[in-house]
Amino acid sequence: MKAGVIVFPGSNCDRDVQVALARSLGREPEMIWHREAELPKLDLIVVPGGFSYGDYLRCGAMAAHSPVMREVVARARAGTRVLAICNGFQVVTEAGLLPGVLMTNASLSFICRDVDLRVENAGSAFTSRYATGQVVRMPIAHHGGNYFTDDDTLARIEGGGQVAFRYCAPDGTLREDANPNGSCNAIAGIFNEARTVLGMMPHPERLADPALGGTDGRAMFDGLVEALS
Amino acid sequence: MKARVHITLRDGVLDPQGKTIAQALGSLGFSGVNDVRQGKFIELDIEAASAAAARAEVERMCSQLLANTVIENYQIEIES
Repeated sequence: MKAGVIVFPGSNCDRDVQVALARSLGREPEMIWHREAELPKLDLIVVPGGFSYGDYLRCGAMAAHSPVMREVVARARAGTRVLAICNGFQVVTEAGLLPGVLMTNASLSFICRDVDLRVENAGSAFTSRYATGQVVRMPIAHHGGNYFTDDDTLARIEGGGQVAFRYCAPDGTLREDANPNGSCNAIAGIFNEARTVLGMMPHPERLADPALGGTDGRAMFDGLVEALS
Repeated sequence: MKARVHITLRDGVLDPQGKTIAQALGSLGFSGVNDVRQGKFIELDIEAASAAAARAEVERMCSQLLANTVIENYQIEIES
């Protein structure tokens, strides 16, 4: 399996993903600068977190139109797996790979803490090492993670098993006070219809090593390596 | 040619920044503010053969980049 991590000016989780992927993969992923208009052969593309292009205009809007994203969109449409984390999630929604938009948090605050997530669909290369209904812990660190989409699209996402993760209480129940940012239906991550693209606000790469205080994120990278090797 | 684009949140989309501004205005003693919606204003200086051509061009800019039509509406003014 070959993996690549896209690096924009302002990306700041690219190295974290690089390390997490290298642990699961046994070798380094390729780091790909945003000006590249051609990509090598890849089985997995990661669009990492950060503040690409300084969040100018809207979070992710400028990165979505960068040369490399044209190629990422083409690869994603051809079935290459794309994992888009935090700012990456904002970028791929702006690029049209996933429906909806990430708005400013309802509290207007930047939120940086661990959250509990309920795995809503373990039937994907990203989530195969989790069980549907399992509660996992991952950090969030964002100002614009408030997932919103129109009612028709929301019904389609829910009906099509496209919700990957929801914010929940430690026992897995959905409660208003367990939804940190106001996301509709407490959505923390969604798939495309084919479940080959995953966008999520929480950071699996930040809890993928015991030294970081948890390993719940590691299962995502291990699962991807297993599915794509 | 000058083009001005007003970008606003669609009706029904929650605007927490607007709500906070409304509260701040209330605390300053402006008691008659029913609602505040915050938006963006973008001014462009563009080359175009006519006002209609400019409008069409800015329309395409809005739908491709300047606005996210999932949550935003836009209005275009052309000043020739």
